[in-house]
Amino acid sequence: MTGHNTQLDKNGNLKHFLSIEGLSQPLLHTILNYAESFATVGKRPVKKVPLLRGKTIANLFFEPSTRTRTTFELAAKRLSADILNLNISTSATSKGEILSDTLHTLEAMHCDMFVVRHANSGAAQYIASQVAQHISVINAGDGRHEHPTQAMLDMFTIQQHKKDFTKLRVAIVGDILHSRVARSEIHALNTLGVNEIRIIGPHTLIPKGIEKLGVHVFHEMNDGLKDVDVVVMLRLQHERMRGALLPSGNEYFKRYGLTNERLKYAKTNAIVMHPGPINRGIEIDSNVADGKHSVILQQVSHGIAVRMAIMAMVMGLTNDDKNE
Amino acid sequence: MRISIENGKLCDPSNKLDGKQDIFIADGKIVAFKKKPEGFKSDIKIDAKDKIIIPGLVDLCARLREPGFGKKGTFKSELNAANSNGVTSICMPPDTAPIVDTPAVVEFIRQRARETNRANIYPLGALTQELKGEQLAEMYLLKEAGCVGVSNALVGIENMEVLRRAFEYANSCGLTVFIYAEDKKLKNNGVAHEGAISTRLGLPAIPETSETIAISQALLLIEQTNVRAHFCRLSSSRGVKLICEAKKRGAPVTADVSICNLHLTDMDIANYDSNCHLQPPLRSERDRMGLIAGINDGTIAAVCSDHQPHDANAKCAPFSLTEPGASTIEHLLPLILHLVNRNEVKFEQAISLITSQPADILGVNKGVLEKNNGADLCVYDPSANLSIDKNNMLSTGKNTPFHGWELQGKVTHTLLNGEVVFSTD
Repeated sequence: MTGHNTQLDKNGNLKHFLSIEGLSQPLLHTILNYAESFATVGKRPVKKVPLLRGKTIANLFFEPSTRTRTTFELAAKRLSADILNLNISTSATSKGEILSDTLHTLEAMHCDMFVVRHANSGAAQYIASQVAQHISVINAGDGRHEHPTQAMLDMFTIQQHKKDFTKLRVAIVGDILHSRVARSEIHALNTLGVNEIRIIGPHTLIPKGIEKLGVHVFHEMNDGLKDVDVVVMLRLQHERMRGALLPSGNEYFKRYGLTNERLKYAKTNAIVMHPGPINRGIEIDSNVADGKHSVILQQVSHGIAVRMAIMAMVMGLTNDDKNE
Repeated sequence: MRISIENGKLCDPSNKLDGKQDIFIADGKIVAFKKKPEGFKSDIKIDAKDKIIIPGLVDLCARLREPGFGKKGTFKSELNAANSNGVTSICMPPDTAPIVDTPAVVEFIRQRARETNRANIYPLGALTQELKGEQLAEMYLLKEAGCVGVSNALVGIENMEVLRRAFEYANSCGLTVFIYAEDKKLKNNGVAHEGAISTRLGLPAIPETSETIAISQALLLIEQTNVRAHFCRLSSSRGVKLICEAKKRGAPVTADVSICNLHLTDMDIANYDSNCHLQPPLRSERDRMGLIAGINDGTIAAVCSDHQPHDANAKCAPFSLTEPGASTIEHLLPLILHLVNRNEVKFEQAISLITSQPADILGVNKGVLEKNNGADLCVYDPSANLSIDKNNMLSTGKNTPFHGWELQGKVTHTLLNGEVVFSTD
């Protein structure tokens, strides 16, 4: 049996970044603090620091993605690393031997880090278990399991607006069943000690036993939003609107779409987040997405700083190594 | 060949044999218990002091991977593994390649069994052609060729009209239908039991109802058609209850369970351990307890290995992409004895579950120690320690979920038709 902390080295430092589950509160704070120091890099005329100069990072995307891949690429470039982008169709790697062959080929190119996205839960951990010792793996989303960098950038964004996590009430709304973002956020919020996490959605999109992760489940939007400080809206994939999970996007918006009317149930200074890309008029009304509560675009720019911090940390750097 | 087994303790619950008795074997058959027949001179004398002698194990479900999947195992490799654990009779599901839906494939299997000559092989024939659930297989011809029952293996039949007619036709052939109950639509490509564990790991989930609805549908048709039916490898507590109630109503049904589901739960998947990717899935502790209760109230009459050896690559991938199944045949006996040590099952019952009771389900005269009957038996040392090490397994498949387990009970001799097919001497 492999322990969950395969992502830590024997000194308790980040070796891989695979899941929020299994990371300590101090470590999450370290990441957030370190990210803070990178937040200004993007605003400088020369948007680069030489921390990862000479390192080679491979973006291994077994599932298509534009946003996440781009922010990882930008983060790597701002750290002065060389980056390879590889889009690998999952059909070609549906057999295990081919996947491990792919990994070993990249190892032979002397890569130092793999940023991995894969359609199957547990893929990042599997890949971390297969690669050579010197390679670090960052999970950029594995199936329905975790998307830990997204959760960290969301925590970073929350921290920019709300000083104390322990007082917060956070609602996560929508397709929890298929959401790796939701799972990572639940672990991150619980680890950071928030007051309450609420999950809002119809029974069909709430997986069984989710309460055991430390959340309260609501099926009515207005009840769930009452007095919350943070609302996280999840993207509803188009394929969920067909078949047996939901009758239509239209009905979903009627029940769970975030409108200014509904947002009134939350605290007056509540912030609205979304991992993107947003479906306007499906899970969120344009007035809210572009409104004063929305921090959706801030999330994107924070994503770069947070990913820079995590990439530097898995390469063994700490705040002290920063070369200002 | 004359063999005597001396100083051992006999155990055959079906014949109420229990106690110190010598056994004398000649020309493949048991010729006497206790007293050496006059003039008997043994070619081989096995000293079974401090050991227990039980009938050769009868395994209701093991895949030997022939024909079709030679890189996962062969008759030779898997029967070697089986013999090392006292297994002498094996029932094979029909999902080989080619599928067992013509007498020619049955004949091929029987020929391989004769060549290897390491176990009694009982093939199941397909219930429908190519297991497609559309047209009935030639059940009567399959029976004539040597099939002991019919089954659609792991493939559910969605068309209830076909299922009804298949049951009726099997009944008119006097064949038992072996049913693996799983509703494919409800399973919905799931890979782990639906619950807190699958939710935490983000694994596509298999609801309990994928089993119970399939059982309920089959039971209604069994009671309508009165076909003799055997439910294979139950995984849920509610599934056991459904069958228990049907038996009380007098339905002609029996059931078995895989040894894995008696020891492991979805908790054991831990951090995506692909050796715990099984079909049926490992379910909750509540379900495991329900299966144990089913054994103790007689609803479940047999425990099988559900042996599914795999090549290393089949298990080396992210969990959902790995192939389900575990390599278990060489640990069936110590694993069931472990349930006895934990006071979950009584000793005599444990032995019946892997000998006489599965033989009764197959309708074959095996799994017993009787005078003038073929000498299939197993001698084991109950106090010998056994640590399961995947690297020391005889099976081609090293995919055991029990790696590192410390158990008791080591087979020292296995006899098939009066010939020693395994010995540690």
